[in-house]
Amino acid sequence: MLKNRIIPCLDVKNGRVVKGINFVELKDAGDPVEQAKIYSDGGADEICFLDITASNENRDTIIDIVRKTAKECFVPLTVGGGVRTIQNITDLLLAGADKVSINTAAVKNINFVKEASKKFGSQCIVVAIDAKKVSENKWEVFTHGGRNKTGIDAVEFAKQVETNGAGEILLTSMDRDGTKSGYDVELLKVITDSTNIPVIASGGVGTLDHFYDGIVKGGASAVLAASIFHYGEFKIKEAKEYLNSKNVSVRL
Amino acid sequence: MNVTIVDYQSGNISSVINSFTEVAKGKVNLEVTSDVNKIKSSDKIILPGQGSFKSCVGSLNSINGLVDALKDFAITNKKPLLGICVGLQMFSDIGYEESETKGLGWIAGKVSKIDNQNGKFKLPHIGWNEIDIQKESKIFKDIENKSHMYFVHSYEFIPKDKSVISATTDYSSKIVCAVEKDNLFGTQFHPEKSDKTGLKIIDNFLKL
Repeated sequence: MLKNRIIPCLDVKNGRVVKGINFVELKDAGDPVEQAKIYSDGGADEICFLDITASNENRDTIIDIVRKTAKECFVPLTVGGGVRTIQNITDLLLAGADKVSINTAAVKNINFVKEASKKFGSQCIVVAIDAKKVSENKWEVFTHGGRNKTGIDAVEFAKQVETNGAGEILLTSMDRDGTKSGYDVELLKVITDSTNIPVIASGGVGTLDHFYDGIVKGGASAVLAASIFHYGEFKIKEAKEYLNSKNVSVRL
Repeated sequence: MNVTIVDYQSGNISSVINSFTEVAKGKVNLEVTSDVNKIKSSDKIILPGQGSFKSCVGSLNSINGLVDALKDFAITNKKPLLGICVGLQMFSDIGYEESETKGLGWIAGKVSKIDNQNGKFKLPHIGWNEIDIQKESKIFKDIENKSHMYFVHSYEFIPKDKSVISATTDYSSKIVCAVEKDNLFGTQFHPEKSDKTGLKIIDNFLKL
């Protein structure tokens, strides 16, 4: 049976791994290539790099880091941040990324998702949706690392990205990101129920139970986390053993 | 030994190149090319494939003489060839992704969309799944049954002759995930992305 994936995410700025509290106040937590290798050796099911400032400061993603990482890590590598053009995707894939994650550009122009999935295949197109709760049972899409409000309903947008060929959705709760208070399970549930593509849960992991909630209660196919892993609170293996002990199937 | 990864401008083959380069280090001479003459003089071939069945077949056909050279290599001369993902799917007679498209016709069968049982199973089938080894295959040497491999696909190869099936995986039904027919090998999963077990499969192929 298909296993639930655990994906450590490396938020990268200026070639270094950082992780913010609600996307501000960045701390430095190391060299991305080295970190990725540690995760891959430690049983990570995939590795995710997010160039968190690229979209805001109009910078291209860190091709060189991707190239070095891809030569040492033989698990899937997803790269996001500032992916705006077909050329951006080509460059990342040639550097060794297996998937790219599109955020702001998908919101600006849904046809970009369509064009990208047609050209490269749905298997490598992930759409990252940053959502914030605006009222009871209503979430809105935000862009630019959570700075810009779009007025777009997150559920409607998730359905739209599926129709346009996205292979996966990386769903981040902006309310929970960096808070360690757990994924927004309600948001996850409503998105996983209204789409038929895998959803990766992101934003808010503080305990191993949060992974369980994301998968079992939220219906996520994969769970993503950053700080819980790279400040050494938990090892990926511990997270997997914990989930396994609670009858959640993982790759051990 | 000369091993060629066929680069026919279809999808992302960086990971295939990286993993084979890692395993081949100092042991075999690895080429990434669509040069028909180089393919003819190869000892082994890897046929990757990403994107749709239709676009991969289209790309293969767009390179003059490539399909014939591959056929000579694999069918006439019976030299080892490994198809990965859509590379395996193209062994079939026909595929139904986007529109009905003729395959290479090397192993009788068709490629159809995985039955998601009315949305019960998400597609694409993405992630790590266990393989159930169905018969001894040279590329599974020292690979344990129920090993995890990385998958990403929405279509499955259904061969007519079930004896070619070397492994299946469970996702909505028993999906064919590896075949072996004489010198032809194929994996629906991505050995190049399947961590150490995947690299072992690559090593087994290179050691044939």
